[in-house]
Amino acid sequence: MSYELDALIPNQPVKENVPDFGSGDTVRVHAKVVEGDKERIQVFEGVVIRKRRKGLVSNFTVRKLASGVGVERTFPLNSPRVDKIEVMRRGKVRRKNLYYLRGLTGKAARIKEKRSF
Amino acid sequence: MTIEGLLGRKLGTVQVFDDRGRLRGATAVEVGPCYVTDLRTPEKHGYTAVQIGYEESRRLNKPETGHLRPAGGHKLRHLAEFRLVGAGEYKLGDELGADLFEVGKKVDVTATSKGRGFQGGVRRHGFKGGPRTHGQSDRHRAPGSIGSGTTPGRVLKGTRMAGHMGAVRTTVRNLEVVARNDDRGVIFVAGSVPGPDGGLVRVRTARKVAR
Repeated sequence: MSYELDALIPNQPVKENVPDFGSGDTVRVHAKVVEGDKERIQVFEGVVIRKRRKGLVSNFTVRKLASGVGVERTFPLNSPRVDKIEVMRRGKVRRKNLYYLRGLTGKAARIKEKRSF
Repeated sequence: MTIEGLLGRKLGTVQVFDDRGRLRGATAVEVGPCYVTDLRTPEKHGYTAVQIGYEESRRLNKPETGHLRPAGGHKLRHLAEFRLVGAGEYKLGDELGADLFEVGKKVDVTATSKGRGFQGGVRRHGFKGGPRTHGQSDRHRAPGSIGSGTTPGRVLKGTRMAGHMGAVRTTVRNLEVVARNDDRGVIFVAGSVPGPDGGLVRVRTARKVAR
């Protein structure tokens, strides 16, 4: 796949200082929220259930449980509105898209931590 | 004053972050470089316009080469005329490029749409087709009635039916220019542009801008 056209767009750099993370990892996303003319940072913490690597338009989906309800939010990786991504925990998973988590709660929805030696 | 449009090529579709951080679907269009090849004057032609040429080609015949000689001898494959907004200030051979189109302004893009071949009424005109159930057979994508009975005893002209679709000159109006790359002469317009990637397009400043 080629990203030649993306490279032609001015002022749209692919972010360089993004931590290495993937499906199964628990991350904190610091997202800029625009309310009227004010801007503030909102933190969204959860498990990455999907990451699409598409150059400039890469995105990833974070799932968390908010007062018992599953909430998923998809962020464009290179968006200026995504301020910072922190990796809290590495998860050990065997697939790329963790859609199976949607049907699971509590103990069943746990993900083993990846131990690096 | 200024020429209102240029020729170019559709490069493909991309996504662009706008100034508010939203992702917008956009189309990359290479515009120019175009060269002024002829001037239309009220005295000689009865109207004012500028003829421009786009894209070098080695396969021009002698009349074409001769026509382009006064404009500096660029061997240009495609020619088009554009009206001027205000008085003309162009000379033969002037080079024109993407800087004609400012980011934030609206443009109209004209091109030949992709050919769809022979298509039925459902795809070509949005007909609903027939019922899928209730004992129907072979009526699922049928056009339905095409007219009355004995009176008038014929099918009215212009009745929408199956037929050739696409490959028609199409204009999309009021596309916003969301970014511009001056080094490569490429503009990015929000939305879609008719025709295939690599197709010839005609870009002009928007004619009907909502106030």
